Amino acid sequence: MGKTLTIEPISRIEGHGMITVTLEDDGSVSDAQFHVTQFRGFEKLCEGRPYYEMPSITERICGICPVSHSLASGKACDSILGVHPPETAVLLRRLLNCGEYIQSHALSFFYLSSPDLLLGMDSDPAKRNIVGIIEAYPEIARDGIRLRKIGQQVIEIVSGKRIHPAWVVPGGVSAPLTAEHRDTMLQMIPEALAIITKTLTMFKKSLENYREEIATFANFPTLFMGMVDAEGNLEHVYGKLRIIDAKGHIIVDNVDPSDYQAHLGEAAEDWTYLKSPYYKPMGYPEGIYRVGPAARLNVCNGCGTPLADQEWAEFRSLERGPVMSSFFNHYARLIEILFSIEIMERILRDPAILSPRIRAFAQPNFLEGTGCVEAPRGTLIHHYRVDENGLMTWANLIVATGNNNLAMNRGVLQVAKRFITGSEVTEGTLNRLEAVIRAFDPCLSCSTHALGKMPLQIEFRRRNGTLIRTLQRT
Amino acid sequence: MSHHLPKKLRTDLNPSRLLTFKIDGRDVSAREDESILAVARQNNIAIPTLCHLDGLSERGACRLCIVEVRGVAKLLPSCVTFPRQDMEVITNSERVITYRRKILELLFTERNHVCSVCVSNNHCELQNLSVELGVTHVHYNYLYPQLAVDASHSRFSVDHNRCVLCLRCVRVCDEIEGAHTWDIMGRGITSKVITDLNQPWGTSETCTGCGKCVQVCPTGALSEKGKSVAEMIKRRQFLPYLQMMRGRQEESWQK
Repeated sequence: MGKTLTIEPISRIEGHGMITVTLEDDGSVSDAQFHVTQFRGFEKLCEGRPYYEMPSITERICGICPVSHSLASGKACDSILGVHPPETAVLLRRLLNCGEYIQSHALSFFYLSSPDLLLGMDSDPAKRNIVGIIEAYPEIARDGIRLRKIGQQVIEIVSGKRIHPAWVVPGGVSAPLTAEHRDTMLQMIPEALAIITKTLTMFKKSLENYREEIATFANFPTLFMGMVDAEGNLEHVYGKLRIIDAKGHIIVDNVDPSDYQAHLGEAAEDWTYLKSPYYKPMGYPEGIYRVGPAARLNVCNGCGTPLADQEWAEFRSLERGPVMSSFFNHYARLIEILFSIEIMERILRDPAILSPRIRAFAQPNFLEGTGCVEAPRGTLIHHYRVDENGLMTWANLIVATGNNNLAMNRGVLQVAKRFITGSEVTEGTLNRLEAVIRAFDPCLSCSTHALGKMPLQIEFRRRNGTLIRTLQRT
Repeated sequence: MSHHLPKKLRTDLNPSRLLTFKIDGRDVSAREDESILAVARQNNIAIPTLCHLDGLSERGACRLCIVEVRGVAKLLPSCVTFPRQDMEVITNSERVITYRRKILELLFTERNHVCSVCVSNNHCELQNLSVELGVTHVHYNYLYPQLAVDASHSRFSVDHNRCVLCLRCVRVCDEIEGAHTWDIMGRGITSKVITDLNQPWGTSETCTGCGKCVQVCPTGALSEKGKSVAEMIKRRQFLPYLQMMRGRQEESWQK
């Protein structure tokens, strides 16, 4: 009689998810699925609202990456107005994004994943959290907390508020930067650089310990998608999309995000609230692609900043062609923090950053608009339609984590097949099933409270659904 | 031409007759035609208000200015209640404050007030009152009415989700601008402010586009287009000046 293994909720991710593993009679794994169990409905609830509320409404999707939503939304509104924000507004938006990347990647690496990486996948679950890290590696914990704080402070200084700022507006931004604030941020850069350099060195040395995880954490060929600038370098806010195949060949390049529907299809399954986008020409589900830190480093020709370029070259030398294992997202995240710190310094040293010309004004000139940015977790697309009065009639959001849905599912199956053998399922195996999801750092909602404290429940069921027994982690 | 001046609530009161009464134990003097609210403010006694606006006629719509009067069982709105000789008014008893909080809570339940995405966030009288009166939670069920936004006007929009039915827009349009574009339809909590004969604002023939209604609106219900979240700062300074100047013109016309 087959069994189903359920892990719910998945801990140390942003939001609420569940994993089910279906076991054959002999205990071997026949299937595994990653379910997103909550429903938000933002695309529907914004209908009828004025377009200019969208940056603030969609920011509420998330407490960690609200900045990405406000930027994507602001850009969609720009195209509804038909305006180009002034140069300084573009710089300021990119600066805000740097703060977001630093804090969000630091959250993922230090708070959510470092317990697995530093204490070990099989360590005591009671200690396997940020508090355990503070006890065992106080210096690393301090660095992580400090780095995230720097990112949050940049967001606060630039936009006036750490979480959910109402600063990105259609046509630009709502307040300019003062010289005093610029100098405050410049002073933070040496410390941030020191922390990230130290962390990168430490992480690279430890890669040896994770050979099993590297081999199984969603390590399979897929397409990759990410944003690049005009030179093909890494870009997070103002760029065009590029998709490469598993061998590293560019299959589409220079895609204007407003044409996303020509390349991306969206499928929905009845067992999860997360939709599954796929590369249209290859169909569903063969058109599986990945986004996020490692995907971005895979698609770009380089970072375009000196320190990050060195790290990028080393990262890409891990494998011939694109780096396949999603485990390396952790590595890529650290490189992107470095990149963001360098970009931040470059932007702050640009004299144009202090200009008070930060906004273009217009009435809605187009009834449709698309905005796209690279959120820390991957490509984020906001697509709006409005009526002639500027009231929303329709919205479609492809949120970063959604792009990775097919890959996360396949990754869970890969880990389940490798680590579940026979009827004994160890705690470390359960943790690895969660950890493969954590490698994608999925943002399933606007939750900022997932700290590995939630009880983990495993249900053993017969194939007809009857419960055999339940295990509870306390 | 007297319609330029705020309408008098009562014509039977004699402005030259003076009387004395008590507010919160303090002896105050007043003219017979001055409301309890006006006298309290002259004496620096704070009473919260929402529908009241200096320069417009009183409406008594929001009930936030309720006070206790010794010997009277029910609470009375101080903006439309006039003092009597030796009356004893209490403005800040526990009972009054509790009822004011309840009134605010009920206002929140009647429509869909979402501060975080509102153009008037941080510049909203309803929000300020909640802070002032310590309303941190709403103890009643929300009604979540389905109300549309009317953005048909070229410069302004009206979001009924944020309307508290104070009727300042109706009064300023009628009493100061003289257009009477705004009015009210329906009864009780299903009431709704309307333009002309309940038609889209952009099609109104009487609206002069002066924007006074937008400036006097206490919440984000009426706003200027192009303002993003938290950017709508209302300017109401014009109202007393405008009223004074128009009053002066009337006097000169009458001469």
